[in-house]
Amino acid sequence: MIGANLGSEHRDDRATGTDAIVTQVFADRSLRMALAFGVALLVTGCDLSHAPVLDPKGPIALAERDLLFTAVILMLIVVIPVFVMTFLFAWRYRSSNTKARYAPDWSYSIGIDAVVWLVPAAIVIALGTLLWSSTHKLDPYRQIDPAVQPLQVQVVAQDWKWLFIYPEQGIAVVNQLAFPSGRPLSLRLTSDTVMNSFYIPALGGQIYAMAGMQTRLHLLADAPGRFTGRNLQYSGSGFADQHFDAIATSPEEFAAWVAKVKQSPDKLDATTYRALAVRSKGHPVTFYSAVAPDLFDTIIAKYTGARAHSHQQAAQ
Amino acid sequence: MFGRLTIDALPFYSLIAFGGALVTVGGALAVVAGITWFGQWRYLWSEWLTSVDHKRIGIMYVTLAMIMLMRGFVDAMMMRSQQAVALNSDGYLPPEHFDQIFSSHGTIMIFFMAMPFLTGLINIVVPQQIGARDVAFPFMNSVSLWLTTAGAGLVMVSLVIGKFSTAGWTGYPPYSGAQYSPGVGVDYWLWAILISGIGSTLTGINFIVTIFKRRAPGMTLMRMPLFTWTALCSSILMTFAFPALTVVCALLVLDRTLGMHFFTSGDGGNMMNYPNLFWLWGHPEVYILILPAFGVYSEVVATFSGKRLFGYTSLVYATAAIAILSFTVWLHHFFTMGASANVNAFFGMATMIIAVPTGVKVFDWLLTMYRGRIVFHSSMLWTLGFIVTFVIGGMTGVLLALPPADYLMHNTTFLVAHFHNMLIPGALFGYFAGYMYWFPKAFGFTLNERWGIRSFWCWLIGFYLAFMPLYALGFMGMPRRLEHYNIAAWQPYLIVAALGALLILVGIAFLVVQFVVSVQERQQALDPSGDPWNGRTLEWLTSSPPAPYNFAVLPDVRDIDAFHDMKARGVAYRRPDRYHDIYMPKNTSAGVILGVLAGLLGFAMIWYIWWLAIAAGVGIWAVIIARAYDDDAEYCLPASEVEKIEAGRYQALANSARTQSANEPIFSNQPLPESLT
Repeated sequence: MIGANLGSEHRDDRATGTDAIVTQVFADRSLRMALAFGVALLVTGCDLSHAPVLDPKGPIALAERDLLFTAVILMLIVVIPVFVMTFLFAWRYRSSNTKARYAPDWSYSIGIDAVVWLVPAAIVIALGTLLWSSTHKLDPYRQIDPAVQPLQVQVVAQDWKWLFIYPEQGIAVVNQLAFPSGRPLSLRLTSDTVMNSFYIPALGGQIYAMAGMQTRLHLLADAPGRFTGRNLQYSGSGFADQHFDAIATSPEEFAAWVAKVKQSPDKLDATTYRALAVRSKGHPVTFYSAVAPDLFDTIIAKYTGARAHSHQQAAQ
Repeated sequence: MFGRLTIDALPFYSLIAFGGALVTVGGALAVVAGITWFGQWRYLWSEWLTSVDHKRIGIMYVTLAMIMLMRGFVDAMMMRSQQAVALNSDGYLPPEHFDQIFSSHGTIMIFFMAMPFLTGLINIVVPQQIGARDVAFPFMNSVSLWLTTAGAGLVMVSLVIGKFSTAGWTGYPPYSGAQYSPGVGVDYWLWAILISGIGSTLTGINFIVTIFKRRAPGMTLMRMPLFTWTALCSSILMTFAFPALTVVCALLVLDRTLGMHFFTSGDGGNMMNYPNLFWLWGHPEVYILILPAFGVYSEVVATFSGKRLFGYTSLVYATAAIAILSFTVWLHHFFTMGASANVNAFFGMATMIIAVPTGVKVFDWLLTMYRGRIVFHSSMLWTLGFIVTFVIGGMTGVLLALPPADYLMHNTTFLVAHFHNMLIPGALFGYFAGYMYWFPKAFGFTLNERWGIRSFWCWLIGFYLAFMPLYALGFMGMPRRLEHYNIAAWQPYLIVAALGALLILVGIAFLVVQFVVSVQERQQALDPSGDPWNGRTLEWLTSSPPAPYNFAVLPDVRDIDAFHDMKARGVAYRRPDRYHDIYMPKNTSAGVILGVLAGLLGFAMIWYIWWLAIAAGVGIWAVIIARAYDDDAEYCLPASEVEKIEAGRYQALANSARTQSANEPIFSNQPLPESLT
């Protein structure tokens, strides 16, 4: 309740601040505008410290964020001179300033030409090296720590919900993903509908889920916590509500959670799956105490059946 | 008889959609009534719709772009206001309507605002810049215009009859396939871009040939103005990239209409082929849009700094490098589709390499300003606003080129902010700069500066307010295309973004005011010299507006800044000894008829009205054959007539020389055309 109040107060601040901006545009559009805008940015900046991408909760997301920061700092080597030169030159060489030197035919300098090609090139080479290593290190398919047995979860995108199958535990859950923190999470994803994109920003980047295909994603949470996960790839009218809670727990809590799911009277087999796969918006969290063992592969095979069949024939 | 078309296609499903339909129909009726009231149908038909003059075709392209800008912006305004209020509520737009809006916004802004705008500018300017009398294929030029207009027409018709696509402007299958989108929406989208895409391919071919074959004597490739260079690279990209779009759309049409399986999930289809083909066009398309704007900035910055362009050769090579590299990076639009690390890293690095020539360009523009005499004309302000804002977009672009960072930011509002950051300051500001720079060339009088500058500030500040919050929202994990949400922390940002959009609306209103005021006060802003800004390139040698043939005598080019060089040598306005007969292409109604038939073909295919589709197809074929047999496609402007027109021009020049030097600061240290008397 308090949180909600704070939120709305905050919103009012922002609204009046920007109203002021709008009224000022026609009065004095130079300095005061810039100031008001800066203040508006600062106010909004406060919220950002909790933005999941900037304040990650796992090593993968952290590494991805740090890469972002490193790249920004490297690029500032070019960006800041551009800002400075734009304002400096525009001011100094304005036509009314007749004291400034005027060289209407000066149009080339090999030294400057070399600098403007080579400095950006050097930055790109530095960034490229970083890109090559980080892309391999943060490959979503790559196992985080080969020494630790990850928790396996199979993810199925449906209209408009997420089904999580825990093959080792023999359970399935809709719209809730619980897992122990500190233990890598190994996801296999597919879709039983259009293209989806699976995303838990606090823990790491996204990966597409596509029908008839399997993609993979490895995530890890540092500490227990509750994060929002969602579909990022537009998938129809229920898209806006297609989000879920990702809950990182202690190992004990995870065991208790599994036990709770196991008490559910619902079981996921071919029939109940068909009912679940029907389009639904804002589907409630649902527990299934048992799941048909090859359900995930069956869902993929539904779309590749024809091809799998012909492969078999070829093999014979 | 009418295929899928029934009375249910009228938009009674939602009050807002019905309102949109009413405005569309009302607007169209008002235009028709206005033309009838003033009795201008004959003039419009014989002087404009059937014209093959590149300058008039260019003006019609820009007009189309401006109209579609309004339409596309209404969509933007609706999305911003919906998201500003839709916290824990459904707002005022149901998902089915919101989805159509974001799809039509993107489609319109890319295909029917940006493409016609840049094509219009290229049409008006390039032939004059290279000292040509017309484009290589004037009739094909008219066909391109009317195919583009037919596509735009289909998008507008979808407001009134049926619904538009909900699959976004990228239309990824399987969502856009028949199974998941059975209605006519995706078909509207497909046929609109199929038809206009063919127009763009033809435009590309036309300008490649024009630039290679129609340059004035002495204009070597490395003496071409930068805008012509960017137009050339853009045309090459159009010619090679648009066929990929045409093919991918045709395949999706086959999937949807004939039940084939190129991109379906299952039955042997592969949805991943679609994004590959689509972005094989889509990424070059970004540079098709941006390169001509880069060309405008190059012209504007040199003219209003009163100085030669710095690093001409570097700029040319940078442009060409960008054009070539643009074909090597398409995969960065779907790093998140599960390609291997090697593949992602390769395309990420290819993408970052593009930042090098782009950075070179930015520095070359800045160094052109260095030791110049900068006049802050409105088109120069657009350029300065572009430079500062564009580097921010470039920086976020390099971030998205890093695959691990892209995993975090892809499909969020960060991505939306990034590409708007490239396309609004990068492309649209350039088009506006070009509009304000070349307007006197097209119409013979300059635009009102005060309103132009006001519009610029609204656009610039509005842009920052509208899109910086979207960067922040991306960090907060907000997806694009979200109709409502439940995270309170997002709302303040979305309200600021909506206010930014409101400010941009004011900027658009000021553009309209500028146009109206300029037309009213045109007598005070006439451009009798044809060279209002002390220009450097050949288009300023012609009168404003130019004679149908542009140049009575083809200019002799000896320098990069050909016209500046001619003025310096005192030969710019030298009267030729004698004139020759000039042959010009005749106007033809075939182009506009082809456009109408193509629009009908698209409409028939969308609604499965097979007899109409066949009739329109046969009609198109018949018109093409008839035109091919028409050997009487040119007329002769006799030398005496040319002499009369030119005498008028020299009279105007003589008058203008007296008024200019006094009150225009940029003329102060320039040699006056001494050969005038």
